[in-house]
Amino acid sequence: MSKTIEQRAIVVVGGGPAGLAAAIAAHEAGQTDVLILERDTQLGGILNQCIHNGFGLHTFKEELTGPEYAARYEQRADELGIERRLGTMVLDISEDRVVTAVSATEGITQIKAGAVILAMGCRERPRGALATPGYRPAGVYSAGTAQRLVNIEGQLPGREVVILGSGDIGLIMARRMTLEGAHVACVSEIMPYSGGLKRNIVQCLDDFGIPLLLSHTVVDIEGRDRVEAVTIAEVDDKLRPIPGTEVRYPCDTLMLSVGLLPENELSREAGVELSPVTRGPVVDQSLQTSIPGIFACGNVLHVHDLVDFVSQEAAAAGANAARYVSSGCKEGSDSRGVPVSAESGVRYTVPSFVDVDAMDDTLTVRFRVANEYRNRYVSVYLDGERIQHRKKRVMAPGEMEQVTLKKADLAARKGLAKITVKLEEE
Amino acid sequence: MAQETRELICINCPMGCPLTVTLEDGEVISVAGNTCPRGDSYGRKEVTNPTRIVTTSVPVDGSKTERMVSVKTERDIPKGKIFDVVRQLAGVRAQAPVAIGDVVLANVADTGVNVIATKNA
Amino acid sequence: MYDVIIIGAGVSGCAIARELTRYDCSVCVVEREEDVCCGTSKANSAIVHAGFDAQPGTLMGRLNVEGNRLMYEWAKDLNFAVLPVGSLVVCVNDADRPGLQALLERGVANGVPDLRIIERDELLEMEPNISDEAVAALWAPTGGIVDPFGLTVALAENAAANGAEFRFNAPVSAIERAGKAWQVTAGGETLLTRTVINAAGVYADELHNRFVELSTGSDTLQASMTVAAEPLSIVARKGEYYLLDTTAGRHVRHTVFMLPTAMGKGVLVSPTVHGNLIVGPTATDVDDKEGTNTTPAGLAEVASKSSLTVKNVPLREVITTFAGLRAHQAAHDFVIGEMEGAPGLFDCAAIESPGLTSAPAIGVMVSGLVADALGLSAKPDGAFDPTRPGVVNLVMTSFDEWDELCQQDPAFGNIICRCCRVSEAQIVDVIHRMPQPRSLDAIKRRTGATMGRCQGGFCTPKIMEILERELGMAPEEVTKRGPGSELVVGHNKDRIATPGVRQEGGEAR
Repeated sequence: MSKTIEQRAIVVVGGGPAGLAAAIAAHEAGQTDVLILERDTQLGGILNQCIHNGFGLHTFKEELTGPEYAARYEQRADELGIERRLGTMVLDISEDRVVTAVSATEGITQIKAGAVILAMGCRERPRGALATPGYRPAGVYSAGTAQRLVNIEGQLPGREVVILGSGDIGLIMARRMTLEGAHVACVSEIMPYSGGLKRNIVQCLDDFGIPLLLSHTVVDIEGRDRVEAVTIAEVDDKLRPIPGTEVRYPCDTLMLSVGLLPENELSREAGVELSPVTRGPVVDQSLQTSIPGIFACGNVLHVHDLVDFVSQEAAAAGANAARYVSSGCKEGSDSRGVPVSAESGVRYTVPSFVDVDAMDDTLTVRFRVANEYRNRYVSVYLDGERIQHRKKRVMAPGEMEQVTLKKADLAARKGLAKITVKLEEE
Repeated sequence: MAQETRELICINCPMGCPLTVTLEDGEVISVAGNTCPRGDSYGRKEVTNPTRIVTTSVPVDGSKTERMVSVKTERDIPKGKIFDVVRQLAGVRAQAPVAIGDVVLANVADTGVNVIATKNA
Repeated sequence: MYDVIIIGAGVSGCAIARELTRYDCSVCVVEREEDVCCGTSKANSAIVHAGFDAQPGTLMGRLNVEGNRLMYEWAKDLNFAVLPVGSLVVCVNDADRPGLQALLERGVANGVPDLRIIERDELLEMEPNISDEAVAALWAPTGGIVDPFGLTVALAENAAANGAEFRFNAPVSAIERAGKAWQVTAGGETLLTRTVINAAGVYADELHNRFVELSTGSDTLQASMTVAAEPLSIVARKGEYYLLDTTAGRHVRHTVFMLPTAMGKGVLVSPTVHGNLIVGPTATDVDDKEGTNTTPAGLAEVASKSSLTVKNVPLREVITTFAGLRAHQAAHDFVIGEMEGAPGLFDCAAIESPGLTSAPAIGVMVSGLVADALGLSAKPDGAFDPTRPGVVNLVMTSFDEWDELCQQDPAFGNIICRCCRVSEAQIVDVIHRMPQPRSLDAIKRRTGATMGRCQGGFCTPKIMEILERELGMAPEEVTKRGPGSELVVGHNKDRIATPGVRQEGGEAR
């Protein structure tokens, strides 16, 4: 580049809930040279279109809407004078932490960062990724796109709606569409359990008499120009449609809420190691990725159920990044620490490695379970020894779980080779 | 004495505790399954006088950045009045500048509850 | 009175229009859809075939090889994306080697340059993911991949810039004699023309058969190439595809075909010019000429056949599936020429694979036939501009060049489609070109926006906003693909009655 390369202590990629909390925490940890790069024209990320309530119960002990939750963090960032560049899209992150971005006002800019915090969030799995047979008409929307149209633009994507997938955005949109005057015929979920939070099933579906069809999926989409009908069939235990169970629903809209994927294109190009399970970076206890000085938090790391947990996690990433910079951006040792193994019903853990010497007194390990479970125990083993054993009445894939590790426990065990998190029947 | 039980999911927080509410002649005599006091009060209220917070958005005029401004009922309102609230909000427009907490519509649907902005516009 | 009306704005129709504008004549393209490239031209393998498939001596064989040569040449003037990646026909069984040899010989007879058979070692070097079963392959370095949207749009824009007229949403409902001329009713309007060219894709048989009805004997305007006045039947042959994310785009480096065996025909696996991986097609004859729906059986077939030539095709990286219809006719050759007994009525029918590759050659040939028939003369020097400005591709732009673009137009710094790196500047650029795109899909065809991994999830509302702003459209008027495919149906609460306020418009529910 002909322009000079700017130097910054910490560059945060993304100004949503994760980026804001990370930047604030980094600043509060003493690293004031923090810059947020945000592609949208305002901070807050996806919270701006999440106008429903239910945010912040853990963080603020009150129930806020998405924009209100974002505004609290934005205000704090304002108070601290944290610099942000809006309308700025990061194009590339190099292994040596040069961040290249573009904006209408500055053109291409390059910044060499002491530490980079990845906070790009996630995107929705589109219809195409399901390979659902049928036509490809207008009126097939991912729930988030419909949410933006309704909540930000004030436009109604359709009047007679079928929703495929019971992720939280789909459930929330079932209520939103109903309140804006549309009719939602049903929510069809291919799994035998919902992918969303129970409270959303109660207050978004049950309150409005919208049926949730578990173990059902869409097998055909009709309509060449605009959706005219979809066909829903029951599926067997291998998730294959059962012939003879098809029901045709005339409608003008099919809304999809079939999963969120961490948006890690920049991370992948940078060479960051990604987990095939979460599709997010593999991180250690400091939320540092496989590239020293590049940290990750929020939905780009793994898809969360609650924004409060995003904020907590991001604050940890921000503080750790600040510590990394103030300790001179030293390359880590070759070893990334003790591996954390996810077994029997635990799909993954974040983090995947724990450097016991470097960890804080306690460490929150977040995970999701593979199925709906009742009365199972969450157990933690250090090598062969069980050190935690806690009964949970209900666990579901739609909800994140966590265990807390104590440094004292880990340090006490000589030659610790593996930490295991698993579910047990007794 | 007519005793009945109702199974509910607590919606106070995302934990979604499964509640069992026991009623006798329409009076709540016990709530079980909750992990915190909010679950108890939710259970009692839900079977006698269920309430909800309503969120939606209304068009805003004169804002440089927004076409719509998101709003909510300041407190929860009777569940049976949800549609009365949105019906009364149809046609309501906000005028910029709007700040979080500004009243967009007072005493919506005679609930005694105001509809307030949840976004600056 | 037009000199020429072309029915169909697919790649053939647009290529013919572009080539006709070299001559001093009036040309009008009528199209039933809302844009160019809405039928067979939009949903296919996007391959530049080398030309070894067709039988020697057929029109298909000749026009394929000539089209292949012209494709790379025209790309320089017309600035559409084409990449000469080369193609491989993989033989997975020693017993089938004679078939590979026959293919080589056929290609040589057709005039395909530089063909040779390579053995497994060399093949493995060229394609590390090739199947363990592969024993040899036919290597065709002139094979390639092309952006079929970009090609068709480029031809149409260049034709329009040189004077061709386009009418969209104009299905042809009647063709009648009008003295020595012809009267075409399209989209409710009656147009007079000296000649009509049938480039109607899967519907070309209906037009051809109308031409037959209008035929009165054996006279033609000029009979250098004629079509017998006998009925034609075109079957819609459906091909279903998987399109994988750019993360899978380097799984193969060349277009990999399977040598048909006794077990049947495989599917191709190929990179695309947009960096994706395409896998398909199936071949199923369907009754419905609008039947572009994907089917469980078709998609399952592609998935199962993908592994015949290439290992570990990462189908989980799928971003979309689609189906296209080829205009198949039993004799399996292009039907091009003037109809006997109907002077001025020309067929360009049964243009199935390798029709896309052949398009440039078809354009040259058909325009030549018409020019001869009408005695057209070439425009004076300089009156025909063969060049068409390309659309900036930011994926291929260096940061320095991009920065310069931003200095010229800051809208290059406002990314609209993050998956495919399309900025506001490119979208505004194409909106103001002719023929004018007015829908989401029309923008997609010209810029690539919405074609990426999120499939328009993030950029759809933003593109709608730009269309509204640039073309003065209301949100409810913005469509995905023309009238009937509106993206939004109204605004929030528009059918919720306000107490004491009468609802305007809209029926009650």
